[in-house]
Amino acid sequence: MSGAVDISLGQLALASLLLVVALGASIALKLGLTRGLAVAATRMVAQLFLVGLVLEWVFSSENALLIVSLAVGMAVLAGHAAVRRTSRRYPQIWADALVSVLGASFVVTGAAVLGILQIEPWYDPQYLIPLHGMLLGNALTGISLSLDRFMEGAGRERGLVEARLALGATRWEAARPLFRDAVRTGLVPITNSMAVMGVVSLPGMMTGQILAGAPPAEAVRYQILIVFMIAACVALAALGVVGLAYRRLFTADHRFHPDRLRAA
Amino acid sequence: MSVPLVSLRNAGRRVGERWVWRGLDLDVAPGDRLAVRGPSGAGKTVLLRALAGLDALEEGEVLSEGGPVRSLPRHRAAVAYAAQRPALFEGTVEGNLRAPFAFAVRDGDAYDAERARSLLARLGRDAGLLAQSVDGLSGGEQQTVGLMRALLTDPTVLLLDEPTAGLAPERAEAVEAVVAGFLAADDRRAAVWTSHDAPQLDRVTDQSLDL
Repeated sequence: MSGAVDISLGQLALASLLLVVALGASIALKLGLTRGLAVAATRMVAQLFLVGLVLEWVFSSENALLIVSLAVGMAVLAGHAAVRRTSRRYPQIWADALVSVLGASFVVTGAAVLGILQIEPWYDPQYLIPLHGMLLGNALTGISLSLDRFMEGAGRERGLVEARLALGATRWEAARPLFRDAVRTGLVPITNSMAVMGVVSLPGMMTGQILAGAPPAEAVRYQILIVFMIAACVALAALGVVGLAYRRLFTADHRFHPDRLRAA
Repeated sequence: MSVPLVSLRNAGRRVGERWVWRGLDLDVAPGDRLAVRGPSGAGKTVLLRALAGLDALEEGEVLSEGGPVRSLPRHRAAVAYAAQRPALFEGTVEGNLRAPFAFAVRDGDAYDAERARSLLARLGRDAGLLAQSVDGLSGGEQQTVGLMRALLTDPTVLLLDEPTAGLAPERAEAVEAVVAGFLAADDRRAAVWTSHDAPQLDRVTDQSLDL
């Protein structure tokens, strides 16, 4: 089986004509999206070319420090993006999201490249960067969903939480329903997508591998690996970030501080 | 004189920039029946919440049996705060009365269904209320459930925040009688009341704190 057809710049220009469909709809229906579409499309092209350049550079360097720095940089962006999607915040939320996303993604990526795939060298960017990137995208969603749910619950169920505390509950007994609900919410998307994977949706990574010439059976194995990794990473990240948020809103002296929450 | 059950020493609570009260000293001793009086906004609820250890003080401290509070869950189990508008847990009335016994602090104590039924009767409510969902309860019924939930845990100090506001006079009398009976059953027990009904405070308490 051969690799994919190389796409020339001329062919890309041809592909950009496909955008005319969306632009045409926007103009004809006066959706007011024309400018937005054009800007977004331009940004997408520029960002991807830039990422391509960075990756080419990092891939050819074979420098472990550089590769790990890239992975850390990606995680920082993911943590930041996760918090930006929340509707309430507390002062240390940025640090908490960052710690969770870094911890969860590095533990799981590490387990995969060192333990399961046993890549030599372990920092081979061909494996490390795409696996890590897939995890981050999902961890980001898991963190923002579970954090948002936890803080929303703490605000909405403030009276119930206080009632439990007033009746002698420890901070954990008072917060447990919120905690469980939040972690569950973070795990719903990956659970749902696993159930329909390959039937309703063809996963992007698998499709990409097949396009690049990999035998479908091999692409499927990678896909299964990555989905297990994603599930573990999302679970770790959601548990981690809700645990940290719990410690900010419920102090060790069993007091509840909903006043630390601010609308974003 | 016996050791006070719960005390405030040089206590101050600030909300935003404003001191609700400051430099407050208070002892609630066994057998005390204390009224907390003051106009609306004087910080009566804030005081009860501070005694229960729900909100931290900006100044001073809360003492439990003359010493620092070591464990807030233990303190709150002994000093029960019954809110004017209690937050009730999803489910039935009986589920709410049972809920406090699931907490580690009451390890060994069990919910007494017979006692709940008799308490309900003395409060002038139908036994059928126990099986009802909390969703359909009137404001007065919610208040009754909140009070019962606190009473059934056998606290030493009962903090009653407007326990009869919005109740018909005969129901308010029933609440007074039930609380009196609760206090009489153990001479260590004490109660702190707030009420808009000054004659009621005169009936049910024998000392008062003006905020």
